[in-house]
Amino acid sequence: MIADISVFGDALRFIQDNPGLLWDKVVEQLELSAAAIGVGLLVALPIGIGLGHLRRYSFVAISVANVGRALPTLAVIAVGIVFLPVGFTVVLIALVVLAVPPILTNAYVGVSEIDAETIEAARGMGMTERQILQRVELPLASPLLFAGIRTAVVFVVASATIAAIAGGGGLGDVIVNQASYGIEGVIGASILVCGLAFACDGVVAIVQRLVTPKPLRGRHAEDAMLVAEPGREGAAL
Amino acid sequence: MADAAARIVFDHVTKRYPGRAAPAVDDLTLEIPAGEICILVGPSGGGKTTAMKMVNRLVDMTEGDIRIGDESVRDRDVTELRRGIGYVIQQTGLFPHMTVAENVATVPRLLGWEKQRTEARVDELLDLVDLPAVDYRARYAAQLSGGERQRVGLARALAADPPVMLMDEPFGALDPITRTRLQHELLRIHREVGKTVIFVTHDIDEAILMGDRIAILRPGGRLAQYDTPEAILAGPADDFVADFVGADRGLKRLSLTRLDELPLEPLDGARGPALAGSTTLRDALSTMLSEGSRTVLVLDGDGAPRGSVTLDALAERLVS
Amino acid sequence: MTGILAASGPVIPDFGEASTCVQDNRLFCPDWVRDNWAPVLQPALLQHVKLVVIAVAIGFVLAFAAALLARRSTWFERPFDLFSALVYTIPSLALFQLLVPVTGLTVTTVEVALVSYTLLILFRNILTGFRSVPADVLEAARGMGMGSFQVLRRVEIPLALPAIMAGVRVATVSTIALATVAAFVIPEGLGRPIFLALRQFFNTELIVTAILAVGLALVADGLLVLAQRALTPWTRIKAGS
Repeated sequence: MIADISVFGDALRFIQDNPGLLWDKVVEQLELSAAAIGVGLLVALPIGIGLGHLRRYSFVAISVANVGRALPTLAVIAVGIVFLPVGFTVVLIALVVLAVPPILTNAYVGVSEIDAETIEAARGMGMTERQILQRVELPLASPLLFAGIRTAVVFVVASATIAAIAGGGGLGDVIVNQASYGIEGVIGASILVCGLAFACDGVVAIVQRLVTPKPLRGRHAEDAMLVAEPGREGAAL
Repeated sequence: MADAAARIVFDHVTKRYPGRAAPAVDDLTLEIPAGEICILVGPSGGGKTTAMKMVNRLVDMTEGDIRIGDESVRDRDVTELRRGIGYVIQQTGLFPHMTVAENVATVPRLLGWEKQRTEARVDELLDLVDLPAVDYRARYAAQLSGGERQRVGLARALAADPPVMLMDEPFGALDPITRTRLQHELLRIHREVGKTVIFVTHDIDEAILMGDRIAILRPGGRLAQYDTPEAILAGPADDFVADFVGADRGLKRLSLTRLDELPLEPLDGARGPALAGSTTLRDALSTMLSEGSRTVLVLDGDGAPRGSVTLDALAERLVS
Repeated sequence: MTGILAASGPVIPDFGEASTCVQDNRLFCPDWVRDNWAPVLQPALLQHVKLVVIAVAIGFVLAFAAALLARRSTWFERPFDLFSALVYTIPSLALFQLLVPVTGLTVTTVEVALVSYTLLILFRNILTGFRSVPADVLEAARGMGMGSFQVLRRVEIPLALPAIMAGVRVATVSTIALATVAAFVIPEGLGRPIFLALRQFFNTELIVTAILAVGLALVADGLLVLAQRALTPWTRIKAGS
């Protein structure tokens, strides 16, 4: 049952022959992903940073991470379809549900794990809570914050692929539709979606590097990876 | 190695690390009689820890030989060798995932002792180090204070009744009060178990207090002097030793003798602060200075004055 | 933008023999669940469990062996991290599809993909676990006369357990989620009834299978937490208590 690998050659030709179609799909997927990340950031960042600053309710961050991991996107979509029609909205909600846990958990851990003595020193210097947040906590937490955002971006872009089955559009439309596009279409779109995911990861990585304060670059990357792992397991669903 | 204690011999031991010009330990030769505490002391870089670790072969010798009893350490299988040597380190290295009892029982279990024998031994040792077994058996390392942890480390090293003990700055991480207490505890325990001990420290005062013999190593790992504390304080071999021992070595010598070791003057109406017979001459001198008295009264075991000692007698002792 | 789901209304299964509940496509029909537990739901659940157990078991063995080799040296780290990041970025659906020409529409394809994902997270965690053993504890163990194997068995592995268990938890839960996508390739696992239900807009099946998928993950997570507590009693001691 091992099919021949020449299929990959066909796939590349498919990509060459259908630029317009594939480009449209890529744009659809990016639009969907951007919207989901946007909403996710709006929801998760304030909660994660806020709770982290207060250093309370850590169980919230932990539970969100645990439950988030246990929710297959497919299952969320399934439940969503019960209540909402096929289309953009239901997929958006499913992707937001996917994006929130890594952002929230990493924001919480990033802010709350800052050395208490550092914060105390800042307080002792007379900084207001807001200034502490802005000038001390956020810069110090940025490696982990960005690790979480990066994880969320990769998850969302990749999961948008599955979203096709619920009317989300994007490259997934091609991948699940072997009848219309043939095996070479499926493989071609799969290759493209990998490239898309890498590209998005790369872009966020560049932004991360530009925004992270110099002394924290590189050193925390390893720690960021480690903590991000719990949120980063298994790419898309 | 079946006796309670064994003689240790360093025979022209040298350790060279590749890529480094100077050896870490250079031609070290000394003999430690069975049952004695030998302190390896010196400034950092003197090779004292390296020298000690060559005994249980955590570090391998480049040249020379080390013998325990009459056997070279090279002749035995290394894990067997180590099971016969008690090893205590500064950070204790207690196993966090085992209880105190399990920690202490480690080497007996490695040696295959039966359960009852092991348990009895664990209880015996915990009592020896003054940690009542009934309270401490089931605790974990994280629940103990620094001093308690080091006691467990000591009990663990003694568990299989090794003839030789290696101790690497065991009290270095403790606060001064706990350190002093444990130093005296160790001396008491040593009186009871009588093992041959190699004890590494950078603190000359600890060396003087604890050691039957002291080996001073200079940077570069060469032996500067090896003798009893009394002899070293009375006659440092060279400027390095004199410097290391400290300009107050005269006073340090006084701490080696107790009041009740001196001939006492009859009481005869003598007046002055009263001190126990076990007080060191150094502390007695200090009392004389602070109380402004040239005489101290010496008490016996029941607290009754037995005689007196004068400042002149102290000075006599110093120059003798 | 409609994908494979038609915009038309629900198709009612059983061709009219179904109960009113099913015909009305209410949210939850207990009779349907009862009738379809044995033929549909339970097999799917068991297949799912089987897929996950195989993936985690194989991934664990491979990751453990690799971590044993890598724990003393550091040259392995960097390339492994890069490789890991690479594989994690690939969407699972795409990974499945890319493997199909190579290994066909078989369980093997699914397992290769699933094992790849679990392997990476487990390796990272097991290695971290080994690295977290304090140096003085290792020195004391060697100095006491434990051979390499005994140090591994009595000291390194127990102390690495918390990190290892954390990794197993994460790997298991995410594999359970990932395995739902397997239904794209082979008709096995909980993904399959979800797909069928999605095509038919069949509410009860959608809700029940979604609950099963999520429930399985939560139950597995809970069991592993209990296992971790049982295996590492010393981690719950508060210092100085």
